[in-house]
Amino acid sequence: MIYLQLFFTFLKVGAFALGGGYAMLSLIGDSVLAYGWMTEEELLNFAGVETVIPGPIAVNMATFIGYDQGGFLGALLATVGVVLPSFIIILIIAALINNLMKYPAVNAFITGMRPSLGGLILATAATMGLTVFFGLENVSSPLSFDWRTVVILAVVIAVPIAYKKLVKKEFSPILLIVISAVFGILLFA
Amino acid sequence: MILLQMFISMLKIGAFAFGGGYAIIALLENEFVTKRSWIDHDEFMNVVAIAESTPGPIAINVATYIGYKLKGIFGATVATVGVCTPSFIIMYVVSLFYERFMELSIVMAAFRGVQICVVYLIASAALKMLKKMKKTARNVTVFAVTFGGMTACTLFDFRISSIIFIFTAGVVGLSSFLINKKRKGAKK
Repeated sequence: MIYLQLFFTFLKVGAFALGGGYAMLSLIGDSVLAYGWMTEEELLNFAGVETVIPGPIAVNMATFIGYDQGGFLGALLATVGVVLPSFIIILIIAALINNLMKYPAVNAFITGMRPSLGGLILATAATMGLTVFFGLENVSSPLSFDWRTVVILAVVIAVPIAYKKLVKKEFSPILLIVISAVFGILLFA
Repeated sequence: MILLQMFISMLKIGAFAFGGGYAIIALLENEFVTKRSWIDHDEFMNVVAIAESTPGPIAINVATYIGYKLKGIFGATVATVGVCTPSFIIMYVVSLFYERFMELSIVMAAFRGVQICVVYLIASAALKMLKKMKKTARNVTVFAVTFGGMTACTLFDFRISSIIFIFTAGVVGLSSFLINKKRKGAKK
């Protein structure tokens, strides 16, 4: 029964994928290859295409593979499956957190995690930045540089600053994404 | 009314959630902490830390929590459905035209622009966190070690889960709390 198989496979992925999108990708990759739902090459191709689709990688993969194997119902079941475990876990945590935070030890643990979060996020920005601006994926990849990326970066930095000066409000990041897409088309297409 | 407003916000964020979990975190922070003040910065940071150390997509975990905080289980459901719906629809439509979609050079050109914006959004989210962080010796060290360690691991193709960094930081926080407590106890 393909529908059940899809639902439970992605339920498992949702329940065990710790550590963000790429952990998710390798876990999904294992199950998908094991069932023969995709070949390794298709999987790699998809990982490339997936990045231009908004939304968490897990949801995108569940929708795509679910559709491929079981049409609309397959897509729906796979997506619900991948989201359900974390939904339940977060509900439980959300219900308990205020009581738990009263324990100083729990509080010390959770607030202790916070500085590393900023470090992780900045590291993501730095490594993504190296890839986007210099084509650097790891220490051995050759450097490449394109002046057009700097033009777009300048726009993306200048617009929110100018807006804040003039209107005294934060510029919408969503609008900024739209602007950067337009400049991408103008400069790279 | 607040539910409808939240649903629309979540739809909007889901539709523009390019560039993975941390980019979505930046959008959620802007919408719910800066713009609407439905959750304060401290609590938001706690939730992101918890979301990162529990299974599942981090952005969905944070959305579920915000929904729960506003309107209980129903709110959590509305938020989760809202943030997932755009990618479901977009991915579904792309699946229908998959072969042709991959050949669209205009999509790729737009995406090159978006990537740059995403780097900017993630970096400014991180810098905002750094600015609001209490600059104690421990916090600064944990921040710097995580940043340096994670960047080096990525550049040297050494695959390591971000959870290891987060948990270690939690353990450091807990131990310094316990040590302080012991010291205070000794003084008495």
